[in-house]
Amino acid sequence: MALDEYQKRDFKVIGKRVSRPDGIDKVTGRALYGADFYAPGMLVGKVLRSPHAHAKINSIDTSAAAKLPGVKAIVTGNDWPGHAAGEALMVQENNLAMGKALFDGHGVAAVAATSPDVADAALKLIKVDYELLPHVTDIAEAVKPGSPIVTEGVRGKKVPEDMSDNCTGYCAFGHGDLEAGFAKADLILERTFKTSSTHQGYIEPHACLATFGPDGRADLFCCTQGHYYIRQLCAEILGLDQSSIRVTASEIGGGFGGKTTAFIEPIAMLLSQKAGRPVKMVMTRDEVFKATGPTVASMSDIKIGMTSDGKITAAEALIRYEGGAWHNDTIYPGAQSAFACYDLEAVMARGVNVLTNRPKQAAYRAPGAPQSIYAVESVIDEMCQQLGLDPIDTRLKNAAKKGTKSSYGPTYDEIGLIPLLEAAKAHPHYSAPLGKNQGRGFSCGFWFNFGGETSVTLGINFDGTATLVEGNPDIGGSRASMSMMAAEELGIPYEKVRTVIADTASLGHNEVSHGSRVTFAVGLATIKAARAAIKEMCRRAAAVWGIDEDAVVWEDGFAKPAGPNAGDHEPMSLAEIAKNSPRTGGPISGHHEVTAEGAGVSFGVHLCDLEVDPETGATEVKRYTVFQDAGKAIHPDYVEGQMQGGAVQGIGWALNEEYIYGSDGRLQNAGFLDYRIPVASDLPKIDTVILEIPNPGHPYGVRGVGETGIVPPLAALSNAVSHAIGKRMFELPMSPPRILAAIKDA
Amino acid sequence: MVKVQIWGSLRSMTDDCEFVEVEASTFKGVLDALVRAHPALKEQIDAGVSMGIDGLIVRESWFYPVKPDSEVVLMPLMQGG
Amino acid sequence: MSNIHVTTKINGDETEFLARADETLLDALRDRLRLTGAKEGCGTGDCGACSVTLDGRLVCSCLVLAAEANGKAVNTVEGMAEGETLHPLQQKFLDHAALQCGICTPGILVAAKSLLAKNPDPTETEVRYWLAGNLCRCTGYDKIINAVMDAAAEMRRA
Repeated sequence: MALDEYQKRDFKVIGKRVSRPDGIDKVTGRALYGADFYAPGMLVGKVLRSPHAHAKINSIDTSAAAKLPGVKAIVTGNDWPGHAAGEALMVQENNLAMGKALFDGHGVAAVAATSPDVADAALKLIKVDYELLPHVTDIAEAVKPGSPIVTEGVRGKKVPEDMSDNCTGYCAFGHGDLEAGFAKADLILERTFKTSSTHQGYIEPHACLATFGPDGRADLFCCTQGHYYIRQLCAEILGLDQSSIRVTASEIGGGFGGKTTAFIEPIAMLLSQKAGRPVKMVMTRDEVFKATGPTVASMSDIKIGMTSDGKITAAEALIRYEGGAWHNDTIYPGAQSAFACYDLEAVMARGVNVLTNRPKQAAYRAPGAPQSIYAVESVIDEMCQQLGLDPIDTRLKNAAKKGTKSSYGPTYDEIGLIPLLEAAKAHPHYSAPLGKNQGRGFSCGFWFNFGGETSVTLGINFDGTATLVEGNPDIGGSRASMSMMAAEELGIPYEKVRTVIADTASLGHNEVSHGSRVTFAVGLATIKAARAAIKEMCRRAAAVWGIDEDAVVWEDGFAKPAGPNAGDHEPMSLAEIAKNSPRTGGPISGHHEVTAEGAGVSFGVHLCDLEVDPETGATEVKRYTVFQDAGKAIHPDYVEGQMQGGAVQGIGWALNEEYIYGSDGRLQNAGFLDYRIPVASDLPKIDTVILEIPNPGHPYGVRGVGETGIVPPLAALSNAVSHAIGKRMFELPMSPPRILAAIKDA
Repeated sequence: MVKVQIWGSLRSMTDDCEFVEVEASTFKGVLDALVRAHPALKEQIDAGVSMGIDGLIVRESWFYPVKPDSEVVLMPLMQGG
Repeated sequence: MSNIHVTTKINGDETEFLARADETLLDALRDRLRLTGAKEGCGTGDCGACSVTLDGRLVCSCLVLAAEANGKAVNTVEGMAEGETLHPLQQKFLDHAALQCGICTPGILVAAKSLLAKNPDPTETEVRYWLAGNLCRCTGYDKIINAVMDAAAEMRRA
């Protein structure tokens, strides 16, 4: 299966910077995103949201709203059919509360009306009888015994005794003898770090258009990273067969993990069913911040032992993550990735999940890893500083490589960390002089990547062009990369291949576009589908020539006799075979369905120079370089784009972005003015260095690249600030007030 | 027999053993054998697990082959964003 | 609330529509005229995804009332290309891979065009500050700046 996929070869198409197929639609405004769909008779759906962080819902009186002309349907949590379990039940409850409002912004009722004005007016007429309950929004408070409890009866097994009943999960990963390891250390540091909840910040709010007819069939348009998963969720929540729902993914205006689940689609379906008409729902930016899925906030205790010449002898972490009012498993990848960059004899990373009265978290690029690796890389940097060691040399001394037993268990195969470290050390950025009030920060990063369920079909059209049908929303330029891989295999020009993303009715299941899986898994399936089509085309040529199937080879877009013994036949082009296909057996397609395994792990290292204004605490990033192992960069522009985009999200996370809650448990900054993401004038150029250490599990060596880029910036920036001001930083974001406080605290 | 490494917080379900030896030749075979040997593992395994097999993280493929000398590491189910 | 009759020119075409008194230009463009190029990213003028020009002035259409367009000229991303020929900015965005998801692209193109009309030879810093009102979450702005600078150079040569 997987480990023998990769074959080194010279590429004709792969690695070039070709034009993307969806480009013209996007620069002319023609492309249709989630909110750009309209249907005849369409109603507008809106949600009434709790203004309280924690409250019992005693009753909801919708009678006045129902009488308003133009109101066609009203639903509450009582209208959920009652089929859902597990994650689907949590999603359902997150969409519309079932008895308790659990966070500021939690949906409690929804209306469908003939216009936005009528819908708004109807919401105002709905009377909700809330009984306020004590709330908790801060992770440090939520962990303490005596904290208000978000939900009773969900305490996790093996949660340490001194932590409250808000703790729903516990995990631990590691090996070796910690005590012996620490005993060997010349320096041991123990530090605690905090990060805030941040939002993926996609510019496109969630939007969908649902049509749920009386025949029990539904059509759903929505912006999503995974329309098959949306189908699965809606089917389970509403008690429908998956085959009764057809979901079409629109173009998506950013996701980064935040659009891997459903926040309004089940509500729109419910409203459409009740009203008997299509219902369109578009979230406001306020709703996006309050009621979609920000990432977990964290509090991490790190303890590392190091010899005076920089060898790590033992490493320990306790991470606490809060992801809102429902249990989530982000502590698993968080704890597993904390020390993943290092070759350690003694290591243990433990994680505890904590509930708070906050929105239900969702994935955000490498979920869990930025928070834990930020803490670890900060401690290592401080230890280098105290011991007078070079930060990159110290990483090299401890770096994981082929044969290292990872901190989370498996032994690494060929990985790119050491080449990356060496590239960073040799790069002019590392030795460039620094000015006054400037500091340089370095950090490693890691992410797992995975494969997942994939179905693709490659149709060979009669005119010799090819259409690739796949089922993964394009969140990074993947359509171009798929067309490139198909073209490379078929031996035809890139322009002759068109990749389309089909709806759920057109293909077998496709896993969500996440986990950096698309170029790897959909690419793998595309290559295999192309090879299947090629096999069939060779068979047709063989039949026409009257020779054995095995005597035909495929080269540069032509079927050719394998050797002189096969006979003297003119090579037959793909176009010719396609043209004759109706007469030689029928239309030709290749398809491939697989749960792809063999995704390679990916590493990245970042260098950051920044300047701090000692009077205001403001920071300016002066120089930034991202080094990442892509395995094989199919389309270098898009690989660079992922590296740059991930880095800038990390910069925002480190310097400005945070969810700010008041003592009333309400979110204070639910808009782009006060939730400050990086803008063009905040940033320098983001330089990129792509390394290619092939992944044995992919025919072209591809490793996922989409997520790793967000992991190193947090510590790279924190280390840079720490060096610039001469004081260690232990909390993100390092907003000007925090930096000023640290400076004054000297 | 295949030696399966159990992650830290799961070891309380395997009598504190870091390694459990089972008779199996596939991903699913390993899971089934683990549950037979230590029924307390069933809940976690039913919830979903991945496995590191000879350094490769296999997310969830029942028939992925496992050799007697394979390095097998039980892992939580892979997530992404 | 009765509707207001608005007469305006959109991308050079005479256009009439009805709008509520409190309806934004953004909503009118999208929901009444089906010109969905301008996007609502925030509704409060913070993200720039709804950027259009009103009598040549760059505005956030979510902060302009539809009624204010009466008697004025509105230009949106849909009017940038001329038939089959893309505007240099549009072409450079494709050439430089200056878009990933593309949701911010219409707003940034309109804003960049407006900049270059005022200042055909901006420095990189000037471009960054001019575009500070247009949020992009995918690209980190790097390739966008490259594309705008390159388009400016090409337009100066023309």
